[in-house]
Amino acid sequence: MESKLNLNPKIIDSARSAAASIADQTQEFIDKNTTVTVERTVARLLGVDGVDDIETPLPNVLVDSIKEGGGLSKGVAFWIGNAMVQTGKTPQEIAEAVSAGELKITKLAIADEKKIADTIYNEAKKTVDRIRNNREKRNDYLKNLGEGSQPYLYVIVATGNIYEDVIQAQAAAKQGADIIAVIRTTAQSLLDYVPYGATTEGFGGTFATQENFRIMRKALDEVGEEVGRYIRLCNYCSGLCMPEIAAMGAMERLDVMLNDALYGILFRDINMQRTLIDQYFSRVINGFAGIIINTGEDNYLTTADAVEEAHTVLASQFINEQFALKAGLPEEQMGLGHAFEMDPELENGFLFELAQAQMAREIFPDAPLKYMPPTKFMTGNIFKGHLQDAMFNLVSIWTHQGLQLLGMPTEAIHTPHLHDRMLSIENAKYIFNNAKNIGDDVEFKKDGIMQKRAQEVLEKAESLLKDIDEEGIFSTIEQGKFGGVKRPLTGGKGLAGVVEKDEKYFNPFIDLMLGGDR
Amino acid sequence: MEGIHGIQEIQKVDLTKVKPYGDTLNDGMVQMSFTLPVPYGDEAKEAAKQLMAKMGFDNPAVVYSCDLGIGYTYFIMYGKCRHTVDYSTIQVPKVDMEFMTMEEVEDYIAEKIKRNVVVIGACTGTDAHTVGIDAIMNMKGYNHHFGLERYKGMTALNMGSQVTNEELVAKAIEMKADAILVSQIVTQKDVHIPNLTQLVEMLEAEGIRDKVILICGGPRLSHELAQELGYDAGFTTGSYANEVATFIVEEMVKRNMI
Repeated sequence: MESKLNLNPKIIDSARSAAASIADQTQEFIDKNTTVTVERTVARLLGVDGVDDIETPLPNVLVDSIKEGGGLSKGVAFWIGNAMVQTGKTPQEIAEAVSAGELKITKLAIADEKKIADTIYNEAKKTVDRIRNNREKRNDYLKNLGEGSQPYLYVIVATGNIYEDVIQAQAAAKQGADIIAVIRTTAQSLLDYVPYGATTEGFGGTFATQENFRIMRKALDEVGEEVGRYIRLCNYCSGLCMPEIAAMGAMERLDVMLNDALYGILFRDINMQRTLIDQYFSRVINGFAGIIINTGEDNYLTTADAVEEAHTVLASQFINEQFALKAGLPEEQMGLGHAFEMDPELENGFLFELAQAQMAREIFPDAPLKYMPPTKFMTGNIFKGHLQDAMFNLVSIWTHQGLQLLGMPTEAIHTPHLHDRMLSIENAKYIFNNAKNIGDDVEFKKDGIMQKRAQEVLEKAESLLKDIDEEGIFSTIEQGKFGGVKRPLTGGKGLAGVVEKDEKYFNPFIDLMLGGDR
Repeated sequence: MEGIHGIQEIQKVDLTKVKPYGDTLNDGMVQMSFTLPVPYGDEAKEAAKQLMAKMGFDNPAVVYSCDLGIGYTYFIMYGKCRHTVDYSTIQVPKVDMEFMTMEEVEDYIAEKIKRNVVVIGACTGTDAHTVGIDAIMNMKGYNHHFGLERYKGMTALNMGSQVTNEELVAKAIEMKADAILVSQIVTQKDVHIPNLTQLVEMLEAEGIRDKVILICGGPRLSHELAQELGYDAGFTTGSYANEVATFIVEEMVKRNMI
């Protein structure tokens, strides 16, 4: 693609290779460790599900029991495999026996290692096949039913009640939405377990549970058939249970997942070591399941200034790209995040936004970029807000964004009402159609405001990435270089759940999902 | 002045009987939009008009309606309001003071308080939205009003989001805070009310309620509601750090917390 912004490919390459080196360093750390949620994910993928009589999920019961028995460094796969060989039970029966206090899983005699591995790989392949089938089913839908064109219209539902969410989601699909995101209830990201079953109570959102995923998937498939378009389902694979949510989403055919460790570190105060390890496995799962991930760079601009800190967004996108590649997640599934968050009073702010959106498009040509609407300067003046959203929509169609998270005129007032969503979809459809090929026809002036802006942001991002490469990502976050938020290496939530791997450790799903037949 | 329509006295506003203004005084014109859970069509429009009439509007008119896709209909409407209010007798409790600028606050601290003012702030409970507390506290501030971290003579700590009331109280005791700022943005199903009330109760239980200036803020909070809940002040959308700072330092002097 010819660069409209006259970006220097050498600087892009240099930034990208610095990011790759940062990811390499971090991956060394990741590979040495596992976490409680990574292990619960392995248990879930092996078929462990359900809760005990005080609503503790069985994957938690099982992993806690192995942790107490001092065995977690070998990994849950090892212990379940051993118990399967020794007792002839299924993983679910083993978890139930542990929960009932009938089985001390770490006290069983240890079987032959090869036999343990063979047993587990046999079991693991069943789930891997199920996920592969889901991916194929999605492809069938896309082929036979079709889909909306990009930018996909992405709206949220957030009633707290999954059944109410279904009504709102089906209405949105009929109005033209392509992606429905079910916002999670406030603070679910800080729970070190995933709640169970269908839920009807939540604040500012609805619990992410496997049953809720299933209910919404079914509803969207139905409405998709009706409107003749595959409707994608999005949820939030972030927080303390990143890989577990990824696994549940892969099993229930979600299509899009918010998935970004940096977001959790900065904005939810989750421990950085914990969540980077969690992120790796979650991205392996998302990559294999064909799920588009959304990264959270847009959030930096809600706390830091969108003009001054634009380069931190780009730097983080480069890093996220490299982390994703390490997990086998192709560029076509990288919904790298950015946002339209400049102060509307800024002279020529629209030109800066346009330049930056075009810059992201040119630097990540195959990524379905996730573009976030104005939030910080939305005021409650719904009429001006509707205009701000229109400006945002114009940038998006102009620069070929992938996932358009629709702004709502009532942002800063309440979670969207039924007709707020309709008005926003109408706004986007009008502009996307009315200015459809504007990006193909209009070029930018050489050395004009927009070219200079993009070049400046790229240069600053490259320089930041080189600094991070020298400092390491952990130290960079400690200094508050992203979003202006400082987080200590050993601070935040979840560090106690990190465990160094034993040499006997194995996780069959990493092998099966990263290697071989995809 | 004599115009082409001849002399016409402009009617004067009667503040004891105020009603909405569209393009003529006392025309009562109101625009409104809402959704009814009924299928799009003539019956839906009639239902919307009847509803608006019951709300106290004359000549209700549906100027636009559309099908929301699930048997629901959206309306944009106009109507003439029948009711009036007496503006002349209205009294609203609010933080009633002349706000100082950042520099004036700094001078005020240096002259009258003569020690560091300690302010801690947090978004408490399950709330993860820090935009409000960040605007007041962070160095950069909001819309060209620097945050409290920037103020000379102030020690400002922003504890961030999802802070429990326990953590906040413990930190207030540890830092001997002069003022505590609590931001609440998520107010769906009124979650903020019990959360705000609990903080007051905990400060009372610790015996430090009268040793701190307690302030809450958020889009759904008013000074009146804040006082009802036992807070010293409430600030809503559009407030800046210098306003909060003015309240804190003047209140400290008034309550002799120097």
